[in-house]
Amino acid sequence: MSGDAPRASRDWPLWEVFVRARGGLSHKHVGSVHAPDGELAMRHARDTYTRRMEGVSLWVVRSADIVASDPAQAGELFEPAASKVYRHPTFYDIPDVVKHI
Amino acid sequence: MYTTEMSPTPKPVAAVREEPAELLAAFEARVAADEFIEPKDWMPEAYRKTLVRQISQHAHSEIVGMLPEGNWLTRAPSLRRKAVALAKVQDEAGHGLYLYCAAETLGTSREQMIEALHSGKAKYSTIFNYPTLTWADMGAIGWLVDGAAIMNQVPLQRTSYGPYARAMVRVCKEESFHQRQGYEVMTVLANGTPEQRAMAQDALDRWWWPSLMMFGPPDENSPNTAQSMRWRIKRDTNDDLRQKFVNITVPQAEYLGLTVPDADLRWDEARGHYDYGPIDWDEFYAVVRGEGPTAKERIKARRAAWESGAWVRDAALAHDAKRAAKAAA
Amino acid sequence: MPSLPTIQPEDVAAAEHAAHDEGHFDAPAETQIDDALGEYLLRLGDDNLILGQRLTEWCGHAPALEVDLSLANMALDLIGQATLLLDLAGEVEGRGRDADALAFHRDVLAFRNCLMVEQPNGDFAQTMARHFLFATFQVALLEGLAASTNPRLAEIAAKGVKEIRYHAELSADWIVRLGDGTVESRERMIEGLDWHWRFVDELFQMDAVEQDLAARGVAVDRAALRARFDAAVAATLMEATLPAPTYPRGVLGGRKGHHSEHLGHLLAIMQYLPRSYPDARW
Repeated sequence: MSGDAPRASRDWPLWEVFVRARGGLSHKHVGSVHAPDGELAMRHARDTYTRRMEGVSLWVVRSADIVASDPAQAGELFEPAASKVYRHPTFYDIPDVVKHI
Repeated sequence: MYTTEMSPTPKPVAAVREEPAELLAAFEARVAADEFIEPKDWMPEAYRKTLVRQISQHAHSEIVGMLPEGNWLTRAPSLRRKAVALAKVQDEAGHGLYLYCAAETLGTSREQMIEALHSGKAKYSTIFNYPTLTWADMGAIGWLVDGAAIMNQVPLQRTSYGPYARAMVRVCKEESFHQRQGYEVMTVLANGTPEQRAMAQDALDRWWWPSLMMFGPPDENSPNTAQSMRWRIKRDTNDDLRQKFVNITVPQAEYLGLTVPDADLRWDEARGHYDYGPIDWDEFYAVVRGEGPTAKERIKARRAAWESGAWVRDAALAHDAKRAAKAAA
Repeated sequence: MPSLPTIQPEDVAAAEHAAHDEGHFDAPAETQIDDALGEYLLRLGDDNLILGQRLTEWCGHAPALEVDLSLANMALDLIGQATLLLDLAGEVEGRGRDADALAFHRDVLAFRNCLMVEQPNGDFAQTMARHFLFATFQVALLEGLAASTNPRLAEIAAKGVKEIRYHAELSADWIVRLGDGTVESRERMIEGLDWHWRFVDELFQMDAVEQDLAARGVAVDRAALRARFDAAVAATLMEATLPAPTYPRGVLGGRKGHHSEHLGHLLAIMQYLPRSYPDARW
């Protein structure tokens, strides 16, 4: 083995890792790992990102499968929501004396 | 301090081609406003190249950095020390992993970065070219080397490039015990048998100057500092950080009852800093050139791991391909 | 002033022994000297310690960064279990030895690990073969021990089960990928497993010590675990498209301190510092 020229080895694909820290919370993106398939991606994600007991649920997704918005289009995608203020609770004026609303 | 620029003949990083003035201005404004640049945002080519170099060099440093301490894991003198050292070295693997992944978002691949390391094109922190000769070195490395690294890493949590900043937040959270465990090892040795005390002093004697060199060349030999600081990928100058390190660390050595190996070291009341002796910059540049005491061992070990592991990585990919073919059939 | 009788070495030993029989205020009141249990705990502890030491050798040299992290995680689990088991062994033995004293100051004849765990790492396939076989056995063992009538042992085992289940699954994943990967990986996987078949029987051997403890509900009947082990191994080998095991004559001896040639070298490295500086604390 030692005499051979080094083989050109293909990289394992990249996977994005999402962890749900506790019940009731959403999954949060914590980073990436390389793995040859989904099962080992789970193992690697668990060994890399939950070593300090950091979660109850793990998702891994191939990075190539993620469809991302184009930051140059951030205007069209996101500004309309900013101008429709009635979606935000602070738009409504509720007297302080009224509780639980 | 794994991010130091180490070119022996540093040149300012220039743009590859003309870039639109208003895009450049918008970019600089965002960075100046403390915003984060994310992977698909427009960025100057010089920024992208500088970050690929800095982040991948940082990653290489973590991975190569596993080797000097890895040398003592099987010989740790108690089960607790073995577990703590193993956890620390494992953290370093994890840090390398976070950083390689962050660098990949800038358009390079892990394989390319590793090839660059193995061929000598990419550098790693000079400090890992020194040998670990005794158990006391494990203490000295945690105390001095991690101490130096932490000083650099904390400000990088707000560096301008999002994936790099997020990786650094993770790194800093995990780093807190690294320095403490090293200093604890030194404390036990310094208060131990005469042989242990001698071991501790010997380790300090060998690791002190290389630790100061970690902060990189003097400011007058670092032409890219201003641009890096404007881009928030560097917060303090090399000399400022080096001075801060000396100021913090000398009292720690005194507490241990050990002597810093610098005859010129003295507290300057007027400056409010420690004066320290001249650094041997010939040694620093020799190590940068790849002539450090263990440079060959480090690269040989990393090459051997990568090349002898190729059949494993290939097998896993082959297995997945077979599975996909079966599923499609 | 009348002179005192000369103190003999056996008096010193008896005094030490008695001092620990009396109990320190930090030792649990119910720890009784129990030679059989002490012996058993050494076997369990040494299995974990030696395997943990072997995995530690991989640190910085694994085929991929992610794999380095996995191996180190498993090593940490094993060293953790070893520390708990050997500390308990020391208490039960009642001679004032803790896990460190046991780990760093016994010679080969006093080690009680099975032969499988001290085998050299070899290549990644050989390491995974050893881990798959041992962890598959160990899961079954720990599930049984989690119900031990000795509450301390049951507690340690319950903690270990969760960890070792992961080891068994991860190593099985690798057996499958290497067995059914490339031509080269398959050859290496067959050789790696082939190295270890001779050490499987020893995992399931019962002797008078363990029979006594099993009768008391403290230990598990190892022989009763063999069928489950064989089924699990067969299932993974099938998925890996690997041939069924060819078991040669089993090699025994670890439980009596008669080890392979490999253990001496491992201990020489592991124990060198405390043995070189007997008065030192670390």
